[in-house]
Amino acid sequence: MTLRTHLMAGTATALIALAGMAQADGHATHPDTGVALASEQVFTYRVGDDFPSYDPQLVEDVEGASVARDLFEGLMNDDAEGNLVPGVATGFEVSDDGLVYTFTLRENAMWSNGDTVTASDFVYGIQRAANPETASEYAWFLEVAGILNAGAVTAGEMPLEELGVRAIDDFTLELTIDAPRPYFPQTATFPTMFPAHQASIEANGADAMQPGKIVSNGAYVLSEYTPQERLTRVRNEMYWDNENTILEEVTALIIIDENAALTRYLAGELDQTDIPAGQFPRLSDEYPEQAYSFPDSCSYYYLFNHVSGPEALQDVRVRQALSLAVDRDIIVNNVLAGGQRAAYTFTHWAIPGWEIPDIDIADMSQEERNDQAAALLAEAGYGSDNPLEIELIYNTSDSHQAIAIAISQMWKQTLGVETTLANQEWATFLDTRGEQNYDLARAGWCADYAEPSTYLDLLTSGSSYNDGKYNNPEVDALMAEAKTSDDPMPLYQQIEQIASEEAAIIPIYHYANVLMMSDTLENWPLENLLQNWYSKDLYISAAE
Amino acid sequence: MLSFILRRLAVAVPTLLVLVIISFALMFAAPGGPFSGERPPPQAVLDNINARYGLDQPYWKQMVDYIWNIVRYFDFGPSFQYRDRSVTDVIMQGFPVTLTYGFWSFVVAIVVGVSLGVMAAVKQNTWLDYLAVGITIGAQVLPNFVLGPILLLTFTLWLGWLPGGGWNGGQWQYMVMPIIALSTSYMASIARITRSSMLEVLNAGFIRTAKAKGLPMRRIIFRHALKPALLPVLSYMGPAFVGMITGSVVVDVFFSTGGIGQFFVNSAFNRDYSVIMGITILVGALTILFSLLVDLLYAWIDPKIRY
Repeated sequence: MTLRTHLMAGTATALIALAGMAQADGHATHPDTGVALASEQVFTYRVGDDFPSYDPQLVEDVEGASVARDLFEGLMNDDAEGNLVPGVATGFEVSDDGLVYTFTLRENAMWSNGDTVTASDFVYGIQRAANPETASEYAWFLEVAGILNAGAVTAGEMPLEELGVRAIDDFTLELTIDAPRPYFPQTATFPTMFPAHQASIEANGADAMQPGKIVSNGAYVLSEYTPQERLTRVRNEMYWDNENTILEEVTALIIIDENAALTRYLAGELDQTDIPAGQFPRLSDEYPEQAYSFPDSCSYYYLFNHVSGPEALQDVRVRQALSLAVDRDIIVNNVLAGGQRAAYTFTHWAIPGWEIPDIDIADMSQEERNDQAAALLAEAGYGSDNPLEIELIYNTSDSHQAIAIAISQMWKQTLGVETTLANQEWATFLDTRGEQNYDLARAGWCADYAEPSTYLDLLTSGSSYNDGKYNNPEVDALMAEAKTSDDPMPLYQQIEQIASEEAAIIPIYHYANVLMMSDTLENWPLENLLQNWYSKDLYISAAE
Repeated sequence: MLSFILRRLAVAVPTLLVLVIISFALMFAAPGGPFSGERPPPQAVLDNINARYGLDQPYWKQMVDYIWNIVRYFDFGPSFQYRDRSVTDVIMQGFPVTLTYGFWSFVVAIVVGVSLGVMAAVKQNTWLDYLAVGITIGAQVLPNFVLGPILLLTFTLWLGWLPGGGWNGGQWQYMVMPIIALSTSYMASIARITRSSMLEVLNAGFIRTAKAKGLPMRRIIFRHALKPALLPVLSYMGPAFVGMITGSVVVDVFFSTGGIGQFFVNSAFNRDYSVIMGITILVGALTILFSLLVDLLYAWIDPKIRY
């Protein structure tokens, strides 16, 4: 669907919605689906920790970004499948060299105080993210997006005006990037790129995001925020598409303990909560309509220390043996049991357009893998008289521990490997891993955008997130080629092949979101892999 | 008496200073920092952040600035974790919550604990005694991370009487389970201390004299025995009260009360230096204050003690 047809569909929806509202009150139906709506349109969900921030230019976590997407609106939004749909912008044009994006803004977009949203609000917002004085941790995102001079501006080497963002007039915004990046429009849905209301931010300083002071342009406005307890937003009467918004009120309850949250869900206090590890089979038996498992674009893996780890791990046969001997099916079916998938490659299986290449290890039975692992390790000179001894570090958590114990047992039984398990508290763990003071380390990575390079970049020698310091010039070259290629998928597949042959890492499983959701909560974007959800698209159906 | 109070308060200042210095040293000795994450931002971004929070200064300078800002402006700095909040905001939000349910937990623990203890001692070796001892042992072996889920399952899921968590401005329904969870083990300790010290007092000579005078038992207990029997309880109460009003992480986490205990632990995990320091100073100051109060109460209860 093109942007234009989307817009037409939007107008049609608005008309139907108006017609729907004309019906007898309390029995309104959804304009698209015709489902009867509950008279109370309130959605309450659990978040596992307080929001470090929901200020779009400062926000750094997934939960905070969800709040920011409700309170503010960027140039573009995601639909339920993760496709781009218009937000404040009605559409955009790209220059022939792929470097200049010109966005046309709708003229009826308003801030919650009645001001019109203009291109200069976006200029201010993006400059604010890059401004060294803002000291935003997510200033780097502008570099990922490729905004011209973002790095230099953040480093204070260039003035803000040199940033590649410019208002041509009130409703035309021009963004310039440093190299053609096919994924660039996707970055416009990310809060760092959202507009900001200069007058209220300058007037209120540190309190600019507090209820009563915040000026926002999204479908909702902040009505209450009690740190460590709750954050509530209610619909924004000034929002340009307010008549199509159905949910009246959305509340995030901050509940750290996931078992307490589950009990409160079952008692009817919540419409959505996470399912604790291992409980999915029981809950999906008892509540088949409410227990969901769907892909979550993150991969779980073990890192080898390729530079300062023990000699043995520099031997590809040893790494291969350790990878082969991990029975992934036991991990996903018995330890986690929440719809996760066994992983033999790094990139999450559900990334759109991604096809996992045929790699040997994936096609073997576990018995074959174990036999081959034992042979490889013996070949490398390790056996019962000379057992391999390694240390595995992981950050403190019950599920990481359960997986580490299971895998160390598999290594012990299949290969006679003696594994020492060492758990570390998160910040210490990151330090240890970042300084390569380990043999093997647990790792997880989540996609920043829905494309394989978000994972595979970590295997390049130049990546600052490459904590195993894996270094293969061939992978680097392929990755560089992929950046400008029209069809990078075969190149990505080749990289996965190499990583598997060399056992660069041990992929273990691909994540799944495992949630309890009330059966009256409708339209949750199960197929949006990055789980960018918008309250304005959700609604509560009348109980049957 | 007044000079005693003044002397104790004067000693409090260097005590707090030592506390600050040691905490600072421990904090900086811990690996990682407030802005080390799984995806460390580029160096330029980190430099901006460090400059903004003064983390680019040498440790001694950070500490001196920190202390100076407190002394001069009563400013405890911004939180590193919650970007829009200062340490004062964090404490002002969390402390009243903990203070409220901590205070009521304290009252419950004292009233129930002392009553059970006295009853058990007076009716020693009867079924009442065994019942009281049984209750206290049960309460003591049941840690609050076990008690929490039991309360939640019972009152929220099965009976549907109480909301499962949150604070909601301190409505009583939201306070019941946190208070039970927090007070139970303190109550048990108080009951056991009361029972044994009451037994000791009841065997003392002056009680025998009182009995010999023909005073009624009720008068003997409440007029003569209770006050001396409470002395050991009193010395337990000071630290217990501080422990309760500065919060229990377990209760905060399990019932999402938004209390200070949860901030304290989170700040340590997140290396939120300024919040760690702020709450440490708060707890330190309260501990000093309440041990002073307990000493004053001693003098009031026991006329033999004079300062």
